[in-house]
Amino acid sequence: MTLVALRALWGRKLRTFLTGFAIVLGVATVTGTYILTDSIKDAFNSIFQTIYVGTDASITGLSAIDQNSTTNLPPFDESLLAKVKALPAVAAAVGGVGGEANLIDKNGKVISFGGAPHIGFSLDPTQARFNSIVLKHGNWPGANEVAIDTGTAAKKSIHPGDAIRVQGQGPALRVRVSGLFVFTSKGNIGGATLSAFNLATAQRLFGKQRKLDEIRVAHKSNYTEAQLLGEIRQILPPATKVRTGAQQAQEAGKETQNFVNFLQSFLLAFGGIALFVGSFVIANSLSITIAQRTREFATLRTIGASRRQIMRAVLVEATAIGVLASVIGLALGLLLAKGLFALFGALGFTLPNSGLLFQGRTVIVGLIVGILVTVVASLRPALRATRVPPIAAVREGTTLPPGRFARFRVLGSSVLAILGFLLLAIGLFVSGLSTTGVLLFMGVGALLVFFGVALFSSHLVIPLAGALGAPGARLGGLPGTLARENTQRNPQRTGSTAAALMIGLALVTLVAMLAAGIRNSFFSAVDKIWQTDYAVTAQNNFAPIPIQVGSSLKGVAGVKDVVGVRAGEARFVGGKHQLTGVGPGASRVFHLDWTQGSQAVLDSLGSNGAFTDKDFAKKHHLSVGSTVSLLVPGGQQRTFSIRGIFKPPAGGSPFAPLTIGSSTFDQLFNDPHDLFVFVTMQGGVSAANTRVLDQALETFPNAKVATREQFKQNQASGLTSVLNILYVLLALSVVVSLFGIVNTLVLTVFERTRELGMLRAIGMTRRQVRRMIRYESVITALIGAVIGIVLGIVLALLLIARVDFITVAWPIGTLFVFVLVALVAGLLAAILPARRAARLNVLEALQYE
Amino acid sequence: MEGGANGAAVTARAVTRRFGQGDTAVDALRGIDLEVGRGKLTAVMGQSGSGKSTLMHILAGLDQPTSGEVSIAGTELSHLGDNDLTKLRREHIGFVFQFFNLLPMLNAEENILLPLSIAGEKPDEAWFEDLLKKTGLADRRKHRPAELSGGQQQRVAIARALASRPTVVFADEPTGNLDSATSGEILTLMRASVDDYGQTTVMVTHDARAAAIADRILFLADGLIVKDMPRSDPREVIAAMDELSQ
Repeated sequence: MTLVALRALWGRKLRTFLTGFAIVLGVATVTGTYILTDSIKDAFNSIFQTIYVGTDASITGLSAIDQNSTTNLPPFDESLLAKVKALPAVAAAVGGVGGEANLIDKNGKVISFGGAPHIGFSLDPTQARFNSIVLKHGNWPGANEVAIDTGTAAKKSIHPGDAIRVQGQGPALRVRVSGLFVFTSKGNIGGATLSAFNLATAQRLFGKQRKLDEIRVAHKSNYTEAQLLGEIRQILPPATKVRTGAQQAQEAGKETQNFVNFLQSFLLAFGGIALFVGSFVIANSLSITIAQRTREFATLRTIGASRRQIMRAVLVEATAIGVLASVIGLALGLLLAKGLFALFGALGFTLPNSGLLFQGRTVIVGLIVGILVTVVASLRPALRATRVPPIAAVREGTTLPPGRFARFRVLGSSVLAILGFLLLAIGLFVSGLSTTGVLLFMGVGALLVFFGVALFSSHLVIPLAGALGAPGARLGGLPGTLARENTQRNPQRTGSTAAALMIGLALVTLVAMLAAGIRNSFFSAVDKIWQTDYAVTAQNNFAPIPIQVGSSLKGVAGVKDVVGVRAGEARFVGGKHQLTGVGPGASRVFHLDWTQGSQAVLDSLGSNGAFTDKDFAKKHHLSVGSTVSLLVPGGQQRTFSIRGIFKPPAGGSPFAPLTIGSSTFDQLFNDPHDLFVFVTMQGGVSAANTRVLDQALETFPNAKVATREQFKQNQASGLTSVLNILYVLLALSVVVSLFGIVNTLVLTVFERTRELGMLRAIGMTRRQVRRMIRYESVITALIGAVIGIVLGIVLALLLIARVDFITVAWPIGTLFVFVLVALVAGLLAAILPARRAARLNVLEALQYE
Repeated sequence: MEGGANGAAVTARAVTRRFGQGDTAVDALRGIDLEVGRGKLTAVMGQSGSGKSTLMHILAGLDQPTSGEVSIAGTELSHLGDNDLTKLRREHIGFVFQFFNLLPMLNAEENILLPLSIAGEKPDEAWFEDLLKKTGLADRRKHRPAELSGGQQQRVAIARALASRPTVVFADEPTGNLDSATSGEILTLMRASVDDYGQTTVMVTHDARAAAIADRILFLADGLIVKDMPRSDPREVIAAMDELSQ
């Protein structure tokens, strides 16, 4: 029997291939994700290990608000370096500073590759043991010089001796390129730009004169690491800490690890969706092949095969498909990982890569998931195959008896869908659930909804096909009419074929609805809060910019108010929170809806005033007059009193839970940055005024000026990138369902060989046959699209009802595009089956049985 | 064995079969009593709609009678569950179909041995070789059905039915899909299987020439056995048919 099963597969190579392809794509996604994220992790690990390879101990600042923080640590006084060097255990020590260093090209633009960071650091070439870069051309940087990585140099054709500008904290500096270097780690650092300076230049560039971010220390050979750490701890000033080099490497890598882990789960989720859709395709294809093999199964039964043997034969077939598809999927995953590296690069998220890593776990998970999904999806068709009665061997045109539960289908599918919505609602609206609980409820809920709707969809096929097929029937003549009737004659089959596409379209619709909602509420929030005139942001729209950008605009002719929104982190009311700061003039820039206090609060925060928003005030029982004690990363503590409480619009506000005066902010933070700088001008927005601002900002190439409309679009562009990535990833499941349609059509053409022969015999042309198949495909795809879009809208409305900051907006154009995509998908899916149908030899087709 | 070596291979008692319900109900069989003798070839003849196919389906356990009893090799069928019926088919029943019903992906040899491999039995080499020789398939054993002529395919099907040496072989219009020369070969083969192996066979046919090889010919009309003839030549069979259709 196993032989029968395997031979059966071999005898239907095309069908087997089409059936398994859904799984191939799903497994490829899972495998590709693992390879991608493992490779990124490995690359990062080797980067950080390389950086700290000669370091036995590392001294850094200590954030007063978060002991474990590895970013934005306060720098410390450079006098510590001399004291460290004097310790008996110390063989060598080097002090360094680092920060964001924007290299500026000849056209005055910041050199940037995707969203990758611009890393600047100081370098002491005399301390080779701490050095993780190798000079390739030119010399190490001296005063007012920079060395840059060969990658950036090659891409921008920069050579030693060139003059270049670089911007850190403060206006751009003009420096000379002294040399080009490579990073010794086997991994490149993604699309990052690297620039090295001598210590004094770096300190000036990053605004850290006489300060250090880190001291790296190596011990003498007759001392141990523990002894070294012990000695350092004796002289460690407050707000600093010491770790071993290995610990430091690990700590430094933590943040990226977290990011990569998130990326992994995120991508795996899409692999999961593709496999889920794939399971529908598999189940449907197997159901059809089994229906077509009714006589074969019946014959096997008459010659003594038991139901169990039939079941086993189908499962063996499914397992073989699963194994084959998974193995191909593994191989394809490798290619996909390569493709994803390229894709992320193209979409602006260049990732580091040090060669692809194919781990044992990847193979095992890929195989198990692929095989399991295939076998589970084949259970129902296998059960149906066992219900083929032996007498079907002698009867002409026997169809499969309806399953035992067929009459409960309407009830069952409705119950499933309703239960799914219920679970979704519980996950969304019941408070007090853990994050895992919420995700579990929503995940299982969504799964049930999709199952329920997919099962129910066969009942929607007849009316939907009637409506969607009407234009074809009117314009396409007989083939159009026949196509419509063909989709209606086995509603279950059409329904489950469409259901696979439905899932993908429901998800893209959900995403589109949410994105439109976020955009909508964000735009209206901007319109409400800020009406005048210009905003200055970083070129990438979100990076904090040095406060010198704002101060350089003060006093420029025509400028009335310059209000920077400072942003940082601090500890207050028992937790770590975001903190913002604004200065005088803010009342003329912002219009807030005050529940306590008034616009005047914005201008008069002074040294101890603060305002907060309604929700935060309620949560922490704050009202006007309450005092809040604030601890900043540098260790200073200050008490503020609440002067006002405002109600932010649904789309949010530029303000953190607590906002203080900007001059106070600048005293508390040693490296203050603005998130945005808002500017009002005499004469408001005009071409002349824009020019004035652009000119004034020439020394800050990383800053850009935007009007309100531009600002809104710029801020939304990040959302657009995310949206594009989501669309690309969801497109995968649409492609899987496309194969489902192809498969169903191919199988249907096999099944109708005789009928097609008859139609050809009575005068239907090849072209008409092709058109008939094409229409059938398009109708099926459109049924999936309509159900999917409606379901996506329902799911989106459910989510929007829960989430405050999203409002309902209708992305009509986008939804229309989805329908078009489904239509094109239908046309594409029909190419192969239509060709096969048209090629049938009339005489042979008539004799086919 | 129940039923004994000399007992009937297949017996039917007061078998009726009604299709449909109410006004549209059709009585395909209206009370059949029958014993199929061992080692004999029994032909069931009748026109379309006479109930001959229904009778065979019921005798072979493929269909259930509305009333009455059927037993094969002494086992009463009506109380058997699916598993017992499967076991019965493996041990006691072979089928030959009008459209051959071979598995297209298996070659001749694999098709023939399929019932044995399904039952998990090892073939008796000598018997199998003899069977191949007898059916004239010795040089066709590795061919797929698609590479065989209709007559060859039916021979594979007959060999498959004989492979497990069942108590009874049911043949449903075995020559219905073949030209007359090929039909002759197939009938000769079926006759030989009865003569050489003592294979009890029940054959449903409407072909007088086919019926003429049988040891006994039953004529069905309107769901009843209307004539029971011993071995006769084709002309006698045709005469009987004409007489019945008057």
